[in-house]
Amino acid sequence: MSDPLVKISGLTKAFGDVEVLKGIDLEINTGQVVSLIGPSGSGKTTLLRCINYLVEYDDGSVLIDGQEIAHKDTGNGTRQPRSERELSAIRAQVGMVFQLFYLYPHLSAIENVTLGLTKVRKLPKAQAQSMAEAWLERVGLSDKMNNMPSELSGGQQQRVGIARAVAMEPKVLLLDEITSALDPELVGEVLAVVQSLAKEGMTMIVVTHEMTFARDVGNRVVFMDEGRVVADGLPSEVLDNPENERLRTFLSRLNPHLALEK
Amino acid sequence: MDYHFNFRYIWKHFDRLLDGLVLSLELAFISILIGIVIGLALALVHTDFGWKARSFVAVYVEGIRNVPLLLLVYLVFYGLPQAGGMEYSAQTSFIITLSLYSGAYLVEVFRSGFDAVPTGLIDAGKAIGLTPWQRLIYIRIPTMFRIVLPSLSNAFISLFKDTSIASVIAVPELTYGAQWINFNTFRIIEVYVVITPMYLVTGYAILIGLRQIENRYLKRS
Repeated sequence: MSDPLVKISGLTKAFGDVEVLKGIDLEINTGQVVSLIGPSGSGKTTLLRCINYLVEYDDGSVLIDGQEIAHKDTGNGTRQPRSERELSAIRAQVGMVFQLFYLYPHLSAIENVTLGLTKVRKLPKAQAQSMAEAWLERVGLSDKMNNMPSELSGGQQQRVGIARAVAMEPKVLLLDEITSALDPELVGEVLAVVQSLAKEGMTMIVVTHEMTFARDVGNRVVFMDEGRVVADGLPSEVLDNPENERLRTFLSRLNPHLALEK
Repeated sequence: MDYHFNFRYIWKHFDRLLDGLVLSLELAFISILIGIVIGLALALVHTDFGWKARSFVAVYVEGIRNVPLLLLVYLVFYGLPQAGGMEYSAQTSFIITLSLYSGAYLVEVFRSGFDAVPTGLIDAGKAIGLTPWQRLIYIRIPTMFRIVLPSLSNAFISLFKDTSIASVIAVPELTYGAQWINFNTFRIIEVYVVITPMYLVTGYAILIGLRQIENRYLKRS
């Protein structure tokens, strides 16, 4: 079997006295869609942000396609922090979509997508333009390409956010509660886009509170609690037959009527 | 009241006032441009560098802000040439002073502007692989300007009014033009009755113009 695309080992992170990650080991293979669930404060968002080093972890390692993101080996066994330039180059291989979209407010929808293509991937303008158009069309926004973010609904903004991330052709895509800031009627359009990406084999790590989505889109569910991975397996295993007590409590809180049925 | 208004001499020398008004605008414009460069550079030094750089910026900002502008004008015009043996015209001297002055104010404006750029936007830049320099150019500076645009307009109008202080070193701007007419015609009240609305109308026109630009920029952006 080939090496995992994302290999997380012994990862720890503390904010001050608060230990948020207490030693995470996780391997994710190409094409896997991992739903990362857990109560708030369990460390799932922090873990996600460690994967592209938006959070500087304390100990352990994150390897993207065999490359350690925070350090490089100098050859004589010592580790040396990466330069900002190297870090940027690795980050370009990891896409991220944010809860609050964070589109660049001074750029139109299409400019939001082309920025990374021209400045990071150094593609010629015309090529970047047509790629961005193709992606925006793909997320159903061909008529909104030249609109500014402030002129778009939350769902539309988030779809631009997805287009911006996938246009970079990342090896893995990180989704951080991407529907939790949306009005309920706008959630569907965003999830549909993610679902179609999953079908095409995009490797994704999805932090979500939507259990139906976690089940439908994910082919693996990881449950975190208090900074540790508590359960990890197929959606049916983790969500339908929870063996772990804390996982059971978590699921029953989300879905009281299911708990009553059991 | 025994005083008889007589505007005849004012109209006779009105071109002096018009030229003065144009020069006032020029002085304010050049100074804010240089001030923006100073302010931007020092705001970045303050935000992105260590405490030594910070204290250097603080000394400059507080040093300028806590000395009256009139005194700064004198210091630069009379003091610097004597201390350094440099020579420059009154106009250049005033532009230097006003630029340093506006720079000190704009450092604070830009600094709070940079602080107000949401971290999430910078993270979004990191996430697509922009280098720190690219994040500065393509994300931090443009979003910062959107935030500070109204303060920038206000700063420009303040500077426009402050140009009247240049009259004390005989720069022929609007207030100096008024004083010239005073000394030569003794129509003191008339000339101030004329130049006050000139400042007021011009200042207000600039304000409306800048607000329009702001709205267009913020809408497009």
